[in-house]
Amino acid sequence: MSKLVISSIGPASSVQDGGRPGAQRYGLVPSGAMDRLALAAANTLVGNQLFAASVEIGPFGAVFTAREGAVRVALSGAPRNADISGRAVASDASATLAEGETLTLGFARGGSFSYLAIEGGIEGELMFGSLAVNARAGLGSPYPRPLQSGDELRAAAASGAAERRIVIPDVADAPIRILFGPQDDEFADATKKLLLDSAWKISATSDRMGYRLEGPALKHLHGHNIVSDGTVNGSIQVPGNGQPIVLMPDRGTSGGYPKIATVISADFGRFAQIQAGRAFRFKSVSMAEAQAEANKFWELLRSLPDRLRGAEHFDLNIEALSDANVAGHAVSAVDAGTWQIASPVTS
Amino acid sequence: MAAPLTPPRLLPSGDSAITVEFSRNIDDAANQRVLALDRAHAAEPIAGVTETVPTYRSLLVHYDSVQIGFEALGEKLMALAQRPVPTATKTRRWRIPVAYGGEHGIDLEDVAKALNTTPDDIVARHVAGDYRVAMIGFTPGWSYLSGLEKSLHMPRQQNPRLLTPAGTISIGGVQTGVQCLAGPSGWHLLGRTAVRTYQLHRDPIFLLEPGDAISFASVDAKIFAEQDRAAEAGELIAELMAS
Repeated sequence: MSKLVISSIGPASSVQDGGRPGAQRYGLVPSGAMDRLALAAANTLVGNQLFAASVEIGPFGAVFTAREGAVRVALSGAPRNADISGRAVASDASATLAEGETLTLGFARGGSFSYLAIEGGIEGELMFGSLAVNARAGLGSPYPRPLQSGDELRAAAASGAAERRIVIPDVADAPIRILFGPQDDEFADATKKLLLDSAWKISATSDRMGYRLEGPALKHLHGHNIVSDGTVNGSIQVPGNGQPIVLMPDRGTSGGYPKIATVISADFGRFAQIQAGRAFRFKSVSMAEAQAEANKFWELLRSLPDRLRGAEHFDLNIEALSDANVAGHAVSAVDAGTWQIASPVTS
Repeated sequence: MAAPLTPPRLLPSGDSAITVEFSRNIDDAANQRVLALDRAHAAEPIAGVTETVPTYRSLLVHYDSVQIGFEALGEKLMALAQRPVPTATKTRRWRIPVAYGGEHGIDLEDVAKALNTTPDDIVARHVAGDYRVAMIGFTPGWSYLSGLEKSLHMPRQQNPRLLTPAGTISIGGVQTGVQCLAGPSGWHLLGRTAVRTYQLHRDPIFLLEPGDAISFASVDAKIFAEQDRAAEAGELIAELMAS
């Protein structure tokens, strides 16, 4: 048995997995990873189940050292500078720390959360089938709180398997799609239009409970107090000051502010990754489109094992070159001009 | 023959949940229909539904849209919701001991002043109530009760407190409640109970179910301290009464 010892880690970092659904009727929110696709990609890289527990690392850096043996890990989600004792580590790829080696992760660039999966998973005591940290409810294992320096994560010894990388479609800058409801009738049509037509920013005071949005104030038709009802990940609730709050995986299971709309499930992880201060927009879609996108998202998750590639020749982008050749284009690896042809025909 | 029931509204809560709304207000009849739909669904689960969350006025139904779409699920829920509400079958009734006033209920005196009466009278009225768990929500075990006597209805605090103790028994608006974990609250704090409505490593982890009946009993601070130690060791403290 090996372990990863944390010698430093930024705030908003915790062990997360697929969460613990099923007890919202008792006020217990599922919690779980902010970005499930990134969690699943990291786990796939080291042969774990899609939603196995891994380390969700917030916008700041972290430093881990392997002790009592080698540890094989994979990093996905927000890209950041990473190295193992001086060797660069790519995002969306696996890597192995030999005993005593240190993995150093920099600040997130172009996202908020990264997932560090550990081959064989993290050792801990399941509560309601999950290791996910929910600090308010005293749940989570091996620590029922965000991670701190000095913490240790016990893990299986590295298998010595060949390192892999994974190819995930990138849609980072597309608008965040929403479905109006359940309380959109508490708002005038002009207010709903304002939600869609405005540029929004995520406030720096956001956390795993909710993302506060900065933008124009959204006015209610009948005041901001409604009788509490149930919430979901992505509920866009509008409190008295008119500044929306998007509810995140550590939300309260019920809430008493009108919810104008809901982020569609396929876009939730991408929304969670938007950095504080960065402008984004919402786009309204139909139920049929939202549910079709949810199906596509699950297909994408299921396809992750087929998206693994060998880690060799990573920098040459052999995939793009060979796809282009299959499509009949003559591509020269030394002629940058022909690479341009490659991108439209790779899908 | 009974008049047909008003159909609920089916409101989309994203692509993976439907809010089945019976009323916009706090309304006992609507809450009965919420709990009846929840029971009807538990007896005959709809394939694809992953979890149901009863609240005062609506049932939030989480589902897997790969297994069932919004329209198909909506039709099935509507059919279940139109069934007559069965007269309550077996209701569990719990007696929950409360240390009222003093350090455990710091708002009791102010509530009495605001209602032109004595703290003892407020306690007597609160203990006399016959309550029902209308919903559990916000944080684990936070149980919202219906049945608060009209004379105890009070607007919530202007400035919510950021931290109120675990086990707080409070009133706010037309509701009273049992709060399990320490946390923020804008309600008026009348007392504390040693009963943990949520406790890990205890069977059951969650004590109360939506629909359970609740009575309160007044105990002094010394008994509270003893009960608190026993509860910490895993005892239920709440007494299950004959139903």
